[in-house]
Amino acid sequence: MSLLEIKNLHVKVESHEILKGINLTVNSGELHSIMGPNGSGKSTLAQVLARRENYLVTAGEILYDGKDLLSLKPEEAAAEGIFMAFQYPVEIPGITNVYFLRSALNAVRKHRALEEMDAMDFLPMFREKMKLLEMDEKLMNRSVNEGFSGGEKKRNEILQMAVLEPKLAILDETDSGLDIDALKIVAKGVNALRSVERSMIVVTHYQRLLNYIVPDFVHVLVNGRIVRSGGPELALELEEKGYVDAERQALAV
Amino acid sequence: MSSNVNTIRDLAEREYKWGFITDIEEERVPKGLNEDIIRLISGKKQEPEFMLQWRLKAYRHWASLEEAQAEPKWANVKFPPINYQGITYYSAPKRKPSLKSLDELDPEILRTYEKLGIPLAEQQLLAGVAVDAVFDSVSVATTFKEKLAEAGVIFCSFSEAVQKYPELVQKYLGSVVPYTDNFFATLNSAVFSDGSFVYVPKGVRCPMELSTYFRINAAETGQFERTLIVAEEGAYVSYLEGCTAPIRDENQLHAAVVELVALDNAQIKYSTVQNWYPGDKEGRGGIYNFVTKRGKCAGVNSKISWTQVETGSAITWKYPSCILQGDNSVGEFYSVALTNHYQQADTGTKMIHIGKNTRSTAVSKGISAGHGQNTYRGLVKIMKGSTGARNYTQCDSLLIGDKCGAHTFPYIEVRNSTARMEHEASTSKIGEDQLFYLRQRGLKAEDAVSMIVNGFCKRVFRELPMEFAVEAQKLLSVSLEGSVG
Repeated sequence: MSLLEIKNLHVKVESHEILKGINLTVNSGELHSIMGPNGSGKSTLAQVLARRENYLVTAGEILYDGKDLLSLKPEEAAAEGIFMAFQYPVEIPGITNVYFLRSALNAVRKHRALEEMDAMDFLPMFREKMKLLEMDEKLMNRSVNEGFSGGEKKRNEILQMAVLEPKLAILDETDSGLDIDALKIVAKGVNALRSVERSMIVVTHYQRLLNYIVPDFVHVLVNGRIVRSGGPELALELEEKGYVDAERQALAV
Repeated sequence: MSSNVNTIRDLAEREYKWGFITDIEEERVPKGLNEDIIRLISGKKQEPEFMLQWRLKAYRHWASLEEAQAEPKWANVKFPPINYQGITYYSAPKRKPSLKSLDELDPEILRTYEKLGIPLAEQQLLAGVAVDAVFDSVSVATTFKEKLAEAGVIFCSFSEAVQKYPELVQKYLGSVVPYTDNFFATLNSAVFSDGSFVYVPKGVRCPMELSTYFRINAAETGQFERTLIVAEEGAYVSYLEGCTAPIRDENQLHAAVVELVALDNAQIKYSTVQNWYPGDKEGRGGIYNFVTKRGKCAGVNSKISWTQVETGSAITWKYPSCILQGDNSVGEFYSVALTNHYQQADTGTKMIHIGKNTRSTAVSKGISAGHGQNTYRGLVKIMKGSTGARNYTQCDSLLIGDKCGAHTFPYIEVRNSTARMEHEASTSKIGEDQLFYLRQRGLKAEDAVSMIVNGFCKRVFRELPMEFAVEAQKLLSVSLEGSVG
């Protein structure tokens, strides 16, 4: 069944229309990749799904798990199982990674009427997930993202995803700024988290990431519209011919 | 975006929970200030002659300062002129304050402190904290006196100290903050009514935290308390103070003086959680908190550490300072100051290095929200003979919203070339990015703001005694709490 249904979504930032009628359906367990050139609206789409509030939806609707996603606040969407791995993860000085994640997990659990997790239960689970991402345990007690390298920040995002266990994960340019080794570790983490109960939307500029995280579907977003959709082979074609060609073909149809 | 704005608005409109008024009979002297009033206050307290003379000297000096309009003007705060003749300088609960036991205390006052979360009945107190409660002009109760006496520690109201230990008071009173020090300290020296006195004898580690809880209750009064703490050679004491006041439309003046003296190898740790009534959201009312706090590291290897969390008062004007006279002595200042709606704070420290190899640290965290204005003002002075002195200053400002301000005035004067000075400063804003990040992980907007602010203050909270650290965090959270719509 479909977890996410985006229908004719139009979005403005200030007076500028960025998304011009997006239609997209994501079923449980599927991994969709959104590709496109700079400024095509990929990140806007990701942020609207995570309910960032400085975007104005002028038309269309989004159904998530049967609910009107656009009526939810960011924290409500998170509690309902939406997670976004940020392109630029934010630093929170003075708050340790472990404290932050336990607070977040407990906020989400509270919303789901689950008992709060105490440190005794949380720590072993947290350590296990850190291993998955080959993260140094020292990072556990460091302030959130403060002084982390680019690669550590991105791994930390996937670690958070592993702890929060979302139903829909949105990865916004998770590959940007990663060298090949770090990319492989991140991809390994993401692949380990794929499941029939978890859908993912992977936003990326380059095909490179998709060698390691193989999508079920690829969509090409150009100038605020999805101009082509296909299987993983579409990513390879794009790599070869570029986005201009994809757009031209789309217009020709 | 809208709920971020709401969070900030809620923060700016939070209510002051300590603003109730206790209905008791007061005994007060007539409004205004003259020599007769000074004599009246001194007489009511049955003070020895030296005390009266000291007050009168201070009064005459203050009168000359007032005539010369020498009220300090340099602070980065704005307020209409204070009518010093419109203030009542002494107000006390009518029942006699010299009590044998708590049973004699007016039950209304007991209830006031209970409402404030400061139970005065000893069996209810947190183990390990002795409390002196100052209500308007007088100390109404001091707990755990006997237990402290066993260790040789004197902890009593200032009035009692003047009666029982006049030689100690005479020796140290004004030795760190002379009556001529500044306008407000001079005023305090003339009219101070009560406060706490602590004396820790040689080699004694005070067996419990000492705490004073100050409460202004009466209208149109000022509170002028005076605290004196003396730690003899090798002694250690940790002292905490807390303060609240009722909600009133007019501004009330609070001009306290605190003097600390640490002799050879002695340590004094002084912590404050200041939560005087800050005024309403339009900036009406609130306490003018004009306070002089200074410690003297008189002996070698002595250490004085100030930690303050300043969330209240309409205006805060306060510079807890250290005179590092003894060789190898250490001064520390850790501060969190939060200014909200129309609050103004001009606060910081002075570290005066006189002895050799003296070290000082100043860490200031200023948070401004609403229309709040927050100023850090610090002086680090290395005197000629202070070889090998070191200072580290860190001064960070956090802005919430776009109508508040943060200002920094660091002064550094070095007269010895061996000095090592470090100064770090930063200004940041709780950004939409940070809030969205935390909310995307499931935290409510107000919890997200609270988490960012607590993280920002962590370095300072770490210096507070455990119970106080919890109280301070709660206080900040309350300040940041609101019903996000």
